[in-house]
Amino acid sequence: MDKLILVRYEEIFLKGLNRPVFEGQLIKNIKQVLNGLGQVKVSKAQNRIYVAPESESYDIDEAVLRLTKVFGIASVSPALKIETDKQSIFDNAVQIAKDIVKRKQYKTFKVETRRADKTFPMASMDVSRELGALVLREIPQLKVDVNNPDFVLYVEIREFTYIYSEIIPAVKGLPVGTNGRATLLLSGGIDSPVAGWMIAKRGVVIEAVHFYSYPYTSERAKDKVISLCKTLSRYTLGLKLHIVPFTEIQCEINEKCPNEYLTIIMRRYMMRIAEKIAERNGSLGLVTGESIGQVASQTMESLAVTDSVVRMPVYRPLIGMDKSEVVNIAQKIETYDISILPYEDCCTVFVAKHPVTKPTIEKAERYESVLDMEKLIQNALDGTDTIYIGPSV
Amino acid sequence: MADIIYFDNSATTKVYPEVMNEMNRIYSSVFGNPSSLHRLGNEAEKILTESREIIAETLRVSPNEIFFTSGGTESNNWAIKGIARANKKRGKHIITSAAEHPSVLECFNYLISEGFSAEISGTDQSGLLDIESFIEKINDDTVLASFILVNNETGAIQKAEELIAAIRAKNKKTAIHIDAVQAYGKIPLNLKKLDADIVSISAHKIHGPKGCGALYIKENTRIIPILHGGGQENKYRSGTENVPAIWGFATAAKIIHENIEINRNKVKRLKSIVISELDKYFGSGGYFVNSPEDSYEGILNISFPNVKAQVLMQHLEAESIIVSTGSACSSRKNVQSHVLTAMNLPRERTEGAIRISFSGMNTEDEALRFTEALKSIVPKIRYR
Repeated sequence: MDKLILVRYEEIFLKGLNRPVFEGQLIKNIKQVLNGLGQVKVSKAQNRIYVAPESESYDIDEAVLRLTKVFGIASVSPALKIETDKQSIFDNAVQIAKDIVKRKQYKTFKVETRRADKTFPMASMDVSRELGALVLREIPQLKVDVNNPDFVLYVEIREFTYIYSEIIPAVKGLPVGTNGRATLLLSGGIDSPVAGWMIAKRGVVIEAVHFYSYPYTSERAKDKVISLCKTLSRYTLGLKLHIVPFTEIQCEINEKCPNEYLTIIMRRYMMRIAEKIAERNGSLGLVTGESIGQVASQTMESLAVTDSVVRMPVYRPLIGMDKSEVVNIAQKIETYDISILPYEDCCTVFVAKHPVTKPTIEKAERYESVLDMEKLIQNALDGTDTIYIGPSV
Repeated sequence: MADIIYFDNSATTKVYPEVMNEMNRIYSSVFGNPSSLHRLGNEAEKILTESREIIAETLRVSPNEIFFTSGGTESNNWAIKGIARANKKRGKHIITSAAEHPSVLECFNYLISEGFSAEISGTDQSGLLDIESFIEKINDDTVLASFILVNNETGAIQKAEELIAAIRAKNKKTAIHIDAVQAYGKIPLNLKKLDADIVSISAHKIHGPKGCGALYIKENTRIIPILHGGGQENKYRSGTENVPAIWGFATAAKIIHENIEINRNKVKRLKSIVISELDKYFGSGGYFVNSPEDSYEGILNISFPNVKAQVLMQHLEAESIIVSTGSACSSRKNVQSHVLTAMNLPRERTEGAIRISFSGMNTEDEALRFTEALKSIVPKIRYR
């Protein structure tokens, strides 16, 4: 009798010939997130991954919690692995039912059996019926409810038999590391961490770029971005953060360009620098948290003007979302509470009083032509500080 | 960070080197529990007794009226909750001012949930209590009046004698609590003359350690404990006494009281240097002084038009000059200083308010370097 965790995946099925690559990456990622909890054996069979702890005292609850955050996993179930033998199956199933009833005060249940091992002498329906009857006898306060039971006893009969009662949904998506690399512009607000999370969910490795305007913004703003990265790294399995000094550029723009174009020209500089960093780290695209019309710099016109300075594709996973939808995800992935800390945006110095909502590329180019772009960008890149933030699981 | 200019002495202070040495000595050699019956305990108890005598001496009170606590917040909590609860059969009205420290205001808010009627009285333009309307609100049910002696954000000094006399005249049973955390060791505080019932003080504002403070409770004052347990501090404040910190507190108190006049003259001089330099460069209208005329000179609250306090603070910090903002700031929600708001100052003055707080450890050269830094930073960070 062994305790283990069943890990299910769905989308990887679609990948045909690539499937072994995806499964291999998923197993690697699972091992990485479970690192530190103790020895486990991770194996693959019949479109499942089995995580089997080697010690009795292994913290299965914590492991389950971590696994639900691994992209590529559809659901997990803590289960009991036993010999495929009628007596053993029935004894153990009754014991599990007793434990659950004692812990949760459930009143109704049903049994669901799957028989993959057709050499087992009883049909699935018969197992469910007989086992159900036995449980009713052993636990008189329980009743059967096939439509809406308080809990289900799942019995999977294979070479070994697996019994479990919970199917815990996980994040789904594709295993990180199976779909290239992208560079995320991470501000510290609510949107950009969500955008990064959504792209990482498609199996993409994320690197983050943060533009830092100390002493116009506080050192705590940087700490905040680092803690956002720590939270994201639970999903992205570690994360490189590039901190770009941006004060000089902001001051220059503020001094030399028309006030209503401040934000748009600043965004153009951010995109240019992010693209340089992305090229260096082998990224295939940039990721931003913009959604159409949210603020002046995110109108269709503004997005066209910022996009025009880069050749790389710009991925904007939040483009059609409302703020409340973004907030919901931010809360789910636990970046929200960090994002709303008030340390950034203090600097009204660099906020345009009446930002332009319909900028044009021609004007933006003309206004910024007074700046020594090459030098400014080179200085920013030279001053960039890169830190690696490991998974904080 | 050797060259750092520390002008945030109202937030906390640097521990005196003598205090560090003394605490080190107690930590390493007198580490017993004062309640223990063996020799180590006895030695610790002696240190505790001597500390109590030293603190009592600085306030001109009797040692058995001094109770050690974990700091200003605990002292204020104990004073307010302890007095209110002990006297709730006599009356349920308690009163304070709008310019208090949060550890006072939040206790008042909390006591509403225990059925008290907690009243917050307004202040005038200088941040001081409006005495007339404060007295008017006191009635037969008023069991506690609490006020801050030196305001932590503006340095305003409450006219305590006048106020206390007026409270006594209106209701002689009302217990009077003074939050003297910013005043202690900075201005003379003679509790023989000043007729308060209960006074909060703290160690880390006078170059002592953090996590240590005291409450003066006049003999025969009706108060009940908030911490129950082993019965330390004459059964009034349970918990093993933090002997090394208490001794550090006493040592700091001794040093700062020996130098109280020298320090006062020093901070006066620093304030006048800053003001005259700013007058010369920015002129009237180019900056505002939010501290009232006759405030404690060690605290100077100023603002510059069209300058965000936090941005200014961070620019000063980049030049190793540490000050604090009167208000935490964010563009989504401007959290204004409740003290400056209570003073009815316009928004442009509260949003840009920085607090400079000197100590005897600061120098004239530092004050000049500070004003030079302001002259170069402020024009650069004004928003349009």
